[in-house]
Amino acid sequence: MSIQELGKQSATLEYTGEVHHHADGILGEQFETLEQQNTAYLIGMWAFIVQEVLFFGAIFTAYAVYRFKYVLEFTLAHHELSVPIGTLNTFVLLFSSYTMARAVRAAMQNRHTKQAFYLLLTFLFAGVFMVNKYFEYGAKFEHHLFPNAYYSAHEIVEHAKAKGELRVVVEDGREMYELGKTIRGEFKPFKKVSPEEFEQRTKLFFGFYFVMTGLHGLHVLVGMIVIAILIGRALIDHMKSKPIADYMPVEMTGLYWHLVDIVWIFLFPLLYLIGR
Amino acid sequence: MATTTYTGGQKQNYLNWKTTLASWLFTLDHKRIAILYLVSISIFFLLGGLAAGVVRAELATPKGDLLTSDVYNKMFSAHGIIMIFLFLIPSIPAVFGNFLLPLMIGARDVAFPRLNLLSWYVFMAGAACILIAILRGGIDTGWTFYTPYSSSFAKGEVSLAIVGIFLTGFSSIFTGINFLVTIHKMRAPGMTWFRLPLFVWAMYATSLIQVLGTPVVAITLLLVAVERTFRIGIFDPSLGGDPILFQHLFWFYSHPAVYIMILPAMGVISEVISAFSKRRVFGYHFVAFSSLAIAIIGFLVWGHHMYTSGQSMYAGIVFSFLTWIVAIPSAIKTFNWMATIWKGRVHWDTPMLYALGFMGLFVIGGLTGLHLAALATNVYLTDTYFVVAHFHYVMVGGAIMGYLAALHFWWPKMTGRMYPEGWGKLAALLVFVGFNLTFFPQFLLGYMGMPRRYHSYPEEWAVLNLLSTAGSTVLGLGYLLPVIYLTWSLKYGTVVTERNPWGARGLEWELVDTPPDPHNFERTPIVTRPAYDYNHPEEPTGFVPKPRPVVVGGKDG
Amino acid sequence: MWNFPLVPPTASKEGEAISLLYWTITTIAIVFGTIVLLGAIYLAVRYRASNNAVDRSNATDSDLRIELAWTLIPLVIAMVMFGWAAKLYADIYAPREGYYEVFVIGKQWMWHCQHPNGARENNMLTLPAGRLVKVSLISQDVIHAFSIPAFRVKRDAVPGRYNAMYFTPTKPGVYHLFCTEYCGTKHAEMIGKVVVLPENEFQKWLEKNAPGAIAAAATAATTGSAAAPATGGTLTLAQQGEQVFKALGCNACHLNPNSPVKVPDLTKTWGDTIKLTDGRVVKGDEAYIRESILNPAAKIREGYQNLMPPYQGQVSEEQLVQLIAYIKSLAGASNGGK
Repeated sequence: MSIQELGKQSATLEYTGEVHHHADGILGEQFETLEQQNTAYLIGMWAFIVQEVLFFGAIFTAYAVYRFKYVLEFTLAHHELSVPIGTLNTFVLLFSSYTMARAVRAAMQNRHTKQAFYLLLTFLFAGVFMVNKYFEYGAKFEHHLFPNAYYSAHEIVEHAKAKGELRVVVEDGREMYELGKTIRGEFKPFKKVSPEEFEQRTKLFFGFYFVMTGLHGLHVLVGMIVIAILIGRALIDHMKSKPIADYMPVEMTGLYWHLVDIVWIFLFPLLYLIGR
Repeated sequence: MATTTYTGGQKQNYLNWKTTLASWLFTLDHKRIAILYLVSISIFFLLGGLAAGVVRAELATPKGDLLTSDVYNKMFSAHGIIMIFLFLIPSIPAVFGNFLLPLMIGARDVAFPRLNLLSWYVFMAGAACILIAILRGGIDTGWTFYTPYSSSFAKGEVSLAIVGIFLTGFSSIFTGINFLVTIHKMRAPGMTWFRLPLFVWAMYATSLIQVLGTPVVAITLLLVAVERTFRIGIFDPSLGGDPILFQHLFWFYSHPAVYIMILPAMGVISEVISAFSKRRVFGYHFVAFSSLAIAIIGFLVWGHHMYTSGQSMYAGIVFSFLTWIVAIPSAIKTFNWMATIWKGRVHWDTPMLYALGFMGLFVIGGLTGLHLAALATNVYLTDTYFVVAHFHYVMVGGAIMGYLAALHFWWPKMTGRMYPEGWGKLAALLVFVGFNLTFFPQFLLGYMGMPRRYHSYPEEWAVLNLLSTAGSTVLGLGYLLPVIYLTWSLKYGTVVTERNPWGARGLEWELVDTPPDPHNFERTPIVTRPAYDYNHPEEPTGFVPKPRPVVVGGKDG
Repeated sequence: MWNFPLVPPTASKEGEAISLLYWTITTIAIVFGTIVLLGAIYLAVRYRASNNAVDRSNATDSDLRIELAWTLIPLVIAMVMFGWAAKLYADIYAPREGYYEVFVIGKQWMWHCQHPNGARENNMLTLPAGRLVKVSLISQDVIHAFSIPAFRVKRDAVPGRYNAMYFTPTKPGVYHLFCTEYCGTKHAEMIGKVVVLPENEFQKWLEKNAPGAIAAAATAATTGSAAAPATGGTLTLAQQGEQVFKALGCNACHLNPNSPVKVPDLTKTWGDTIKLTDGRVVKGDEAYIRESILNPAAKIREGYQNLMPPYQGQVSEEQLVQLIAYIKSLAGASNGGK
């Protein structure tokens, strides 16, 4: 009988059992039933996820504001991002979400080896994601695109020139960049910026890029640590031949992992794809 | 749990059943965590108060002759940051929410006791960062960290302070998540939503704000730290950034934050006025829903801090409209409280004095908020002492009076001791008088145009400022007294063993020992009566069920 | 000591309207505040536990009609006040026509005001009474706010964008000017005065303070006219430079122990080896001094900020020579009497 049903009964029912069937140590002392505990954990995880959405949402908003303001500079800057690696990472994460879901299912079925196997796959996919990130970031550092004091927009300028989207003009004895598009061999200018402004604005793009993907990467890392712990526990449970294991940690991690995936699904197009 | 007698003949309770340091630092008991918070935030309150004292000392005379400008700026910044992030935001939720929520709803603990403990540790880590930042040279940006000053000009330990605030923010988020789930899932059988004490409704609304608002300020301040380190140009116009964007993002949290501070206090007032008028709160449903209304509408008004920033006139008009609307639910609560006193049986004990004081001072604070909601007058009054007076009336005259009311009301339940009532009344009077003397002159100063965050001012404002400083001494004394006599009462106060010394209604009074047993209730209560059921004094109090034979394996049958 | 004000002067048309709104809201606040305060105390006293003579029967705890009453009445009052305030705000801050425009630049920690005819003021703003004034406001570094309590107007000075405020001063007089957005160490010293003059006096002031006029006045002072010093006759070049120095207001910040801003020590400039913020090292010679007067931003000494306004167009070559001579004399150079 659930707590809700107990409550709906009339006042003739005056007592609930003091001895709790603590379900082999899974049920926390503060809970009455396993169902109550599981639902509580789920609601808690969802509340945490909502909070994460607001966390990323705020920086997405800031990014949107500046993308709108400096659309040309941001577009030229984002050409430096590797769409192939980004696409690969997207598929890697999507697949990892699939293996995560299978792991959750296995946990619900108490099949520890299957659970550990799928968790391991998820871990490996996440690892591939991080390795790709490492190479991506490395390339950025090499090309002085990390937004620190050594940042240089040189690469962006050269690539833009090669694509016919940037032209250097001289105005009042100063060099200016004319940003535009080459259509059918003819260059159509949209606006002119000074090299300093161009560098500032493209640096801002990379500021957003590194903060957004960096925070996301941090979340992936944390997820990987948790998954590693879960793998360990699944294997220990298997070796101890525990009849009932608590699948909730895996389910909650699954929810978290799907959030990490969804954040990337938004990040990827917003940073890598739009403007192409 | 056996009923063991300990030294002093006291029954086992959550305070004495384990007394090692480890049992406190690794506790999972919501009541002990509440006490941990109580001790730490009391210390932070004293630190923040000290900073305020220094500020008022400088302002006693027109010239800036006590401190250098730099030190003064660091003092008011420290005062703001400590009071808001290390005292007001945790205060009632972390102390009384933690202690009372499970008791009020009939649960053995919160939903996530370990998250609760983590909350406290993260809070202390954040506090350490902030205090170290202050000691290592200080921050002079004000608690509002406006850019580009904070991102590109300010020297000092701004980034460390930001890390500290980030951490205390997460403590706040964890507490919010914990309370939301606790209220949803841990209510005893029969404890329906509309049988909940109004304090629980207030905590629910507060937790919504904590979970939804705090992450925004977390990432915003993080970006300021990134800007300081890498100069990426997000908030600094000389690098292509927009300082007004910072203000939007900052106030999106910081306005709802003030409701985090006041809603729990309003919940306390509902409890105290009801208990000391021996009457059910008038208009229960209206008061409950007004808490939710304040939380929701409170997210939509942040632009009223930015009328002069150059944001569009139309945006200003929308924000002003919504700000006037958000005032209405508070008015509804106030009238309902008055109607609760009507035809009640009023006892003028210290908690009730604080509650009545709250009503007076919160109302003044709220009504002066109208001057600030109104566009044309706001432009004149913003960034003057009028605003300073306004928010101190609501945050100190409101939230802190609510905190003190709660402290006195639930002190016997929490500690098993009664505070000395005479001293309680005296302190309440000193706080009330001192508070008004300190802050009422500031309305006048603000109307005359005295700017905020100034350490020197024109001669003609000397008398009012001196009055304000004099008042702050009285106020400080008023705050010091409870620190002394409450601590004194722990050893020498009258011992309270009865469950319900005030004769109030509520599970924490009727079914929980004084002080509470570690596991709160002997049996899970089943609730069959509405909240504040003072209308049926002849029925036996509470819901103590008749014991039935214990059946191993769970519920009956 | 007891003769202190409780209300600010009201010296603008907008101020009068805002004042009226302010006192109306205050009256509403006092009314409701009294109802609640006195009401709560009255109820708490009348229904105190020891009072058994009072009727406590039919103590209802809910009443929809009264809830609606005390929800809707405040709501209506709120909407009326909102509307009035919003309309007034729109009237004041929406772009208006037929104004006298002044540019104000806020920087740490002074206000630099510029009139259309070229007249410049630091920490002071002289205005005509009875005319619509527009202040176009911008900051050079962090956010400041330009506040004139007597006019009941205020606007943020934001770096990177112009904000506008409009007002019509009505009463001649001298009024406070404050910076009201915290801007760093000397925020509290970023104050000044607004001087409102009757229209004809204002015109005279404008003429007197136009750049050409200042230069002419300074020249007149240095060639031994009415404002000659006690020694009589012509002054040395350095002494003439000292007159120009004062006429142009350089002594507001330089050689002033109460300077609102941190400035290089001019007694050491001549002949000094100067390290600049961009790393270059230059000599404090005639060219450096001349350039630093005309276009100070070109070479900023390390440890200082770009705060000095440029004097291009405000000072003649002759005066530059005099100023250079004066600054040389401060360093004790011996060619002060060319």
